[in-house]
Amino acid sequence: MTGYIIRRLIYGLLVLVGVNVFTFALFFFVNSPDDMARAQLGAKRVTPEAVEKWKRERGYDKPLFLNEKMLGTAKVTNTVFFEKSARLFVFEFGASDQGRNIGYDISTRMWPSLAVQLPAFIIGLLVYISFALMMAFFRATYLDFWGVVLCVLMMSISGLFYIIGGQFIFGKLWNLVPISGYDTGFEAIKFLALPVLIGVISGIGGNARWYRTIFLEEISKDYVRTARAKGLSETRVLFRHVLQNAMIPILTGVVVVIPLLFMGALITESFFGIPGLGSYTIDAISQQDFAIVRVMVFLGSVLYIIGLILTDISYTLVDPRVRFS
Amino acid sequence: MNKPLLKVVGLTTLIRGGSMPMRAVDGISFEIAAGETFALVGESGCGKSMTALSIMRLLPEAGEIAGGAVELAGEDLLVLPESRMRDVRGRRVAMIFQEPGLSLNPVMTVGAQIAEAVTRHTALTGAAVEARVLELLDAVRMPDARRRMTEYPFQMSGGMKQRVMIAIALACDPELLIADEPTTALDVTVQAQVLDLLRELQRSRGMAMLLITHDLGVVAQMAQQVAVMYAGEIIETAAVNAFFAGPAHPYSRKLFESLPDRAGRGKTLAAIRGTVPALTRQFAGCRFAERCDSALAHCADTIPAWGAVRDGQRAKCHLYGSDDRGLRIEERTAESCDEVRSSILTPQSSILRIEDLQVHFPIRKGLLQRIKGQVKAVDGVSLSIAPGRTLGLVGESGCGKTTVGKGLLRLVPPTGGQVLFDGVDLLTLDRSALRDRRRHAQIIFQDPYASLNPRVRIGDALEEGMLALGIGGGEEERALRINALLVEVGLAPDVKGRYPHEFSGGQRQRIAIARALSVEPQLIVCDEPTSALDVSVQAQILNLLKRLQREKGLAYLFISHNMAVVEYMADELAVMYLGRIVERGTVAEVLHDPKHPYTRALLAAVPVADPKAERPVIRVDGDLPSPVNPPQGCHFHPRCGVALPCCGSEYPDDHNFSVSHATRCHLYG
Amino acid sequence: MTPLIFPFRFELLWSDALVWLLVLTAIGFAAYTRNHPHLRAPWARVARSASGMAAATVLAAFVLVGLLDSVHYRAALPPQGGKTAYATEVRSLLDRVLEPLRLTREKTYSAPLATHLYAKETVQGPDGSETRVFPRLRHGGAHLKDPQADWGRDVALKAFRGLAFGLLFWFVAVLGVCAVLARSPDSSIESTWREAWAGRTAVPWRAVFCAFGLMCVLIGPVVALAPYYHVLGTDKVGQDVLYQALKSIRTGLVIGTLATLVMLPFALVLGLMAGYFKGWIDDVIQYVYTTLSSIPGVLLIAAAVLMMQVYIENHAELFPTTEIRADIRLLALCVILGVTSWTGLCRLLRGEALKLREMEYIQAAHAFGVSHWRIMMRHITPNVMHIVMIALVMDFSGLVLAEAVLSYVGVGVDPSMISFGTMINSARLEMAREPMVWWSLAAAFMFMLTLVLAANLFADAVRDAFDPRLIVGGGRP
Repeated sequence: MTGYIIRRLIYGLLVLVGVNVFTFALFFFVNSPDDMARAQLGAKRVTPEAVEKWKRERGYDKPLFLNEKMLGTAKVTNTVFFEKSARLFVFEFGASDQGRNIGYDISTRMWPSLAVQLPAFIIGLLVYISFALMMAFFRATYLDFWGVVLCVLMMSISGLFYIIGGQFIFGKLWNLVPISGYDTGFEAIKFLALPVLIGVISGIGGNARWYRTIFLEEISKDYVRTARAKGLSETRVLFRHVLQNAMIPILTGVVVVIPLLFMGALITESFFGIPGLGSYTIDAISQQDFAIVRVMVFLGSVLYIIGLILTDISYTLVDPRVRFS
Repeated sequence: MNKPLLKVVGLTTLIRGGSMPMRAVDGISFEIAAGETFALVGESGCGKSMTALSIMRLLPEAGEIAGGAVELAGEDLLVLPESRMRDVRGRRVAMIFQEPGLSLNPVMTVGAQIAEAVTRHTALTGAAVEARVLELLDAVRMPDARRRMTEYPFQMSGGMKQRVMIAIALACDPELLIADEPTTALDVTVQAQVLDLLRELQRSRGMAMLLITHDLGVVAQMAQQVAVMYAGEIIETAAVNAFFAGPAHPYSRKLFESLPDRAGRGKTLAAIRGTVPALTRQFAGCRFAERCDSALAHCADTIPAWGAVRDGQRAKCHLYGSDDRGLRIEERTAESCDEVRSSILTPQSSILRIEDLQVHFPIRKGLLQRIKGQVKAVDGVSLSIAPGRTLGLVGESGCGKTTVGKGLLRLVPPTGGQVLFDGVDLLTLDRSALRDRRRHAQIIFQDPYASLNPRVRIGDALEEGMLALGIGGGEEERALRINALLVEVGLAPDVKGRYPHEFSGGQRQRIAIARALSVEPQLIVCDEPTSALDVSVQAQILNLLKRLQREKGLAYLFISHNMAVVEYMADELAVMYLGRIVERGTVAEVLHDPKHPYTRALLAAVPVADPKAERPVIRVDGDLPSPVNPPQGCHFHPRCGVALPCCGSEYPDDHNFSVSHATRCHLYG
Repeated sequence: MTPLIFPFRFELLWSDALVWLLVLTAIGFAAYTRNHPHLRAPWARVARSASGMAAATVLAAFVLVGLLDSVHYRAALPPQGGKTAYATEVRSLLDRVLEPLRLTREKTYSAPLATHLYAKETVQGPDGSETRVFPRLRHGGAHLKDPQADWGRDVALKAFRGLAFGLLFWFVAVLGVCAVLARSPDSSIESTWREAWAGRTAVPWRAVFCAFGLMCVLIGPVVALAPYYHVLGTDKVGQDVLYQALKSIRTGLVIGTLATLVMLPFALVLGLMAGYFKGWIDDVIQYVYTTLSSIPGVLLIAAAVLMMQVYIENHAELFPTTEIRADIRLLALCVILGVTSWTGLCRLLRGEALKLREMEYIQAAHAFGVSHWRIMMRHITPNVMHIVMIALVMDFSGLVLAEAVLSYVGVGVDPSMISFGTMINSARLEMAREPMVWWSLAAAFMFMLTLVLAANLFADAVRDAFDPRLIVGGGRP
């Protein structure tokens, strides 16, 4: 088991190397640093001096992979690739193109993100599973039918409208919560309530329907018939037998996103003015701050791979077939 | 007969879906007395499982009980509210299913699963429950019960899982046990263990049993009463002895005649023509009339009534009208056919010789996925097949017999040994040289549904081999050959343009045979070609294979787990156990005078369709060990009843009894 | 009005070419399917699903609009010096049809069907005094002499006339369908009509008629009102919202279909190769898609789009007109979206190929020495096409929704291209305005919901028809 986890870790590291090289290629091959400088400096007629200055200030003036002017290891280390890409492996994120310390920004901004995402994740999971279980319990009745109709309808609405509608109804019409903003401590609750609620609601359609399918597939299996042949009630069959088995496919989709909760939700945070990593990314994109985007891509992959490994571990908790082999 | 325990009257079950509902069970009635075993026999799709599920009210969601009554000790189960019915399930009527592997919850310990049945219907708690679970596991003779309680189903073999299922069923001492094909998914030696267990439990507990099976041999061993089902109806009921002495309904008689055995070698098996009618349609007459050889003029338009045959034996057939036009039970006749070929002669030459064939699969483990061991699926097998003859290769599942077949065709890469075909070692050839030899040996598979590509027309499937190997001449010639091939296997040439889904299992197997024949091979590997088919269809396919062998001088490597089929088909026989051949010889030698204890046990375990058959009882315990880690010495010794001390230390050498008969056992050292 | 026949030059944008290629492929595929019963069977099952067919009817209307918007041309300018020059603006057939909407620009916001602007303006009276009033619109309701008195009656009358025409059109169309259905000698139009409305036909025509009827009832009045009013109002720069909504359809459709289609060959080839050959080929392909899929989708898209933006900005000479630039950017977005959705399909196909390679018919082909290439083409590819089909229709609605989000983030389509995303993006602050401007968002919401819902329902029908396992499980009342 530990051997397996270690192997997954090594593979994850290998994938990260791939991600790193891929992003580096995307950011430095498609467009040269000169192009980026010109795009940043905006105006059409930029002097070469301005471009050079922009590059020098941000460390893009070095060679990409090999610095012939340097000696020894500096040949490799004093390059754009090493400074900007390889350093990410030790979580040295460097400075953004605007000169901000990215590492510090991330460490302060991840908590607001988590404060929205974690409650939304936990409440959401409970709501989706209960809703799906209810539809599975009343399968092939009108309750199930209209439940599915509601799900399809809800998953056909863009997430943007949930946010805009929610802000309008709860914030503007009923004045229950502030439309946007953030605070620390207990004050934060009134700012968090709406984003969390909307995060949960906007996921109901797709998730509940998906879980319902999983439950129905489990219900059609032979061991459920055995359980019924023992004389067990339908509720007990559902909670004791079906739910436990259905958790295995559900976990595949769920555990992998847990680490990504730190990353926040781009749209939600920018709409609600929450100073998390999501709005940080959005700002970086709109300001074309390539350094931040690059770091976020890498960080996202790291968290995703942690999620994959967590998924592997969580299997051993729910599935004895994995645990004992 | 005293008051019956279970009385089913006019039970009708519909399966919805499609435009017309299917009448899966169509007004059947029967009675089971307390403590009696009642067998419901029939081929797949006849409605026997639906009958059982209807009694339990556990039909799938598309199913619906449309009429009738199911009385358990006078109480109609069909009108009970669901909550009361739940008190009946598991307490008064319990059920075990066909697939023990799928019927247990994979993420719950078996102990918990049994305990659940105990606590549901009794007031026991805590330690008392555990004690009861242990008692039940002991009752089903689960070895090392205390440890097994905490294990999960995937850690157990098929036979043990079925024991757990039985323990669940017995949890509350039910009055009636419904066993739906309880041993079909099990190997023959394990089947024998489970059947013994069921019979014993039924006797000692005075439990009634409704046994559902397609195997007449199982019926003969287990039941007191028998009912034959066909197309949703019961068409014959009788006491077991009377039934086996003289089946009355033409369908029942055909079922017996289509059973292959050695007595019928060289004869053509009786096969039932046509297919089972669709149950969506309305029947005006006897459902079997179209396929019946003794059909009378009015069979097609008058629904037959029950007619008495003798001592309680009754058949739903116009031959036994209420006016009693006389018994028409015919003696079982053997159809005329050509001579039984001598099976004593040893072959002069061999078309295929396998020397020390090995197929090992590496097991990778640990951090770097290094090879940490080998699954020795085939571990040094030597065989030879003569032109125009059949070598039967028998063994239980997992013994490596299929891998031998695929290995010699290099469909799985062998790791050692030689496969000499016409003196050329196929294992040393490169891809193109091998392709030139491919036409000489072909294969037909077990599953007729997986062996034809659903997206390829029949004609194209037959043409594929000819195109790939560049034989069969031009396009027109190939078309003619395809026509001829289809006729040869008993199909009309105009099926060429159709897709596989339009054909039944038996027809697909015919097409697969035609495909193998398309390149005119000298040898065909038949990998369990009939084990997915009903007996009447199996008879058709066996007849076809026999005829083709006679006409074309084909050699067969006939791989099967079914002793009766091998007995009927083969000239020579090889018995495999854990990747090695433990005994070989002519059919007469191996079956009349088996030497290896495993062969003996295997033969003794086969249920025979004759309730009076006196047979030696040789039971092997336990299950087939894993080929990853075969036992030291003789692989069979841990299960062997007559093992010697030396058996555990070294693998026995070949011991010859005749030119052809040899075994590997220390008893003959 | 400009004459119907006018000199023009076709302009085939890259996305147009792909769209029409897709249409041709679909037609060819349909013809091929007709002759192959096993391919026809699942589509026949789709045709028997009431919700699926109703959704298909709605989708057909959207597709029609999208296709009209995919024929581009440049109109000729008034001849100067004997040589015909063409306008720099690229227009589509839809623009031509919607000319009354496109050209009737107002100054700024106006509410649906309004006759006055939504914002007060300072007007100088004849006596020189300045008053702040809601000025009359230039085009909306301009034909009314006294909007105060005539407006309600005029709108109601026009709407009613449109409704009547809509119903008439619907009735004629339904009758036409019945006539076509009643070709066989033993049925009349009347009997077919009765059968269809009783729901006794194999194809649920009743559902189709209902959906079509609903569309006619909605579209009829809109068509009648549109030449005189801004039915859905105007936006900040005074452009007709209905026009924007209709133009957004093509963008949505293109992204929804081309994104999957562009990457389909890669997913198919790599997925099947990984599953069929196993070994190191499988390892490499798995590594590639694990790497790609480990980057969170939005970030990967954002990064790629940013890079593309920089590239386009720095190579302006390659893209002569705004339309071409916007079009290339749309295509690039499709490719980028394809890359992110590619990995899922690839993984699915790999799994299927792993299963299929052990099938006995493939072993039989090996026993004949059939080449790997032929086995892949003949035995494996046809048996995974249903997965590809399901993936195509299932991805569609997700991609349409994704476009809106990406455009909001600023990494979607070119800001000059009208799409649901750009509509929402430019209207998102209007809810906070006092008084509130709701019609842009409402229009985008309704159009998107209709499109995505129809696509979802149709996708469900397709999935149910192509994946038999779900047919068994799906017991709906």
